[in-house]
Amino acid sequence: MSLEDVENIKKRIENFKKTLMELTEAPVMTETAEHKVREMSAEVVDSNPYSRLMALQRMGIVKNYEDIRKYTVVVVGVGGVGSVTAEMLTRCGIGKLILFDYDKVELANMNRLFYQPSQAGLSKVTAASMTLTKINPDVKIETYNTNITLTTQFEEFLNVLKTGGINGERVDLVLSCVDNYEARMTINTACNELGLKWFESGVSENAVCGHIQYIVPGESACFACAPPLVVASDIDEKTLKKDGVCAASLPTTMGVVAGLLVQNTLKKLLGFGTVSWYLGYNALSDFFPSMMIKPNPNCSDNFCLKQQSEFKNRVKEEPECTNVDPLEDVVTHENNEWGISLAEDEPIVSNNITELVETETSKTENVNKNNSIKSEEEYLSLNDGIEFAYQSGDQTAPNEESLVKETELSVDDLREQLSLL
Amino acid sequence: MENTKKALSSIPLLKTKAGPRDVDLWPQRLKEEYQSLIQYVQNNKAADNDWFRLESNKEGTKWFGKCWVFQNQLKYEFDIEFDIPVTFPSTAPEIALPELDGKTAKMYRGGKICLSDHFKPLWARNVPKFGISHALALGLGPWLAVEIPDLISKGVIQYKEKE
Repeated sequence: MSLEDVENIKKRIENFKKTLMELTEAPVMTETAEHKVREMSAEVVDSNPYSRLMALQRMGIVKNYEDIRKYTVVVVGVGGVGSVTAEMLTRCGIGKLILFDYDKVELANMNRLFYQPSQAGLSKVTAASMTLTKINPDVKIETYNTNITLTTQFEEFLNVLKTGGINGERVDLVLSCVDNYEARMTINTACNELGLKWFESGVSENAVCGHIQYIVPGESACFACAPPLVVASDIDEKTLKKDGVCAASLPTTMGVVAGLLVQNTLKKLLGFGTVSWYLGYNALSDFFPSMMIKPNPNCSDNFCLKQQSEFKNRVKEEPECTNVDPLEDVVTHENNEWGISLAEDEPIVSNNITELVETETSKTENVNKNNSIKSEEEYLSLNDGIEFAYQSGDQTAPNEESLVKETELSVDDLREQLSLL
Repeated sequence: MENTKKALSSIPLLKTKAGPRDVDLWPQRLKEEYQSLIQYVQNNKAADNDWFRLESNKEGTKWFGKCWVFQNQLKYEFDIEFDIPVTFPSTAPEIALPELDGKTAKMYRGGKICLSDHFKPLWARNVPKFGISHALALGLGPWLAVEIPDLISKGVIQYKEKE
């Protein structure tokens, strides 16, 4: 037997071990099996897993905590942020969790929370589902080991969003915990088409900044309305060494971002406090910039434009927006606040800080007075500490010369022509 | 860098903003992609800088082919593959060299090449004018030029005789 054969056999044994582990430890989830859910008791005894959560209700923070059982949340990407997000929601007793990811657990993930070295090699969704079911068997967990950015899998993703709710209705909220622009744009496309509310979240590649962004199609800027919003880290790009590395990560930053994400998810679902539209986190200065950004009337996503006009009609018909959804109340009122909530939240990052604050205030007032955005410039004005990942494109048409020419040839003709080169 | 700029400016730009889900317009976009690629390969040949071949499935959603790099008169060849994402052309295709997966830190899972910070902003500013040719010229080309000599010098990849 050659050395190669031995290696192959070793690999096969390893795979069998993993399969066995999945089969013996994975929760038996059949569609027909009745999902048994414990009563969410408010009784204060050591054996009640929900006593401290139900206490929120007794204290008057939350009106009806048990409502959490009705909700279905989709977590796309169960990596550093997504896995922790899923664990928090599981411990909070969310009704149903749907997890999407196509990656496997690797030892290189161990600097983050949640996964364990023994799970290396398992798909992330399988490993997550195993752990989460052990933590709280009341939560219904559904997993999809798929890449939503592929055309072949996007329709399934759309369908899950439309019918994944506890009783086959649409899901309540989508949480984006992915690590790339393509997947974020995919979620954005789906949510704009369906008019689904979602949270975008992210951690910078240098691991020292993060953010969450609440997107209500038509009401707030979608992910395609403007270049992605990121937190200014005040690190000069040129001094950032990127030799031999793609991305850094810290369990701390990811934990903070997951915490902010789930906190706002709970506020949105259970209707307490105010939900942040955009909330940034700069770990270097412990600064949390926040702002609201309106939809771009020239957004490149047609479904975003459609949602914008529908939102305008809704506001016209029901100016108070009270009887649409009682939970929306909180969010609608926040519209008037904009910008920075507290003066002392300002970072100490600049020498001309007063000047910055002054311009900021006047800018905020300006935008507040106008209900519609007049110029692109005004649209693109951001609060201190938040910046666009890059400048938006020039819309000038290229000259005719540089474009592909009209052709009589068919797709097949061209395909053949290319293959013959 | 000058070469990249020159090569780039002679690649025809595209007109149609459509992805594979846009049933009506996708065939037109696909035609433009092919036209642009044909011109790019011809330009490369004319400049004695032929470095890749690509083909796609019938729907134009999956692409595969080969690229090669010369180093000390030896030809190093690699398989290319990528999918056209749902949000194309708003987002660029993620080009992968599967056989180099795990061999360099400048790669994401599945052998997707890790592009410079400049690529995505540049792509975003040029939607829908940029197509697959531009992703190759601005993404894969510069990546190969930097990474392959490095991987060869480290002994991570070895020259293979043509079978």
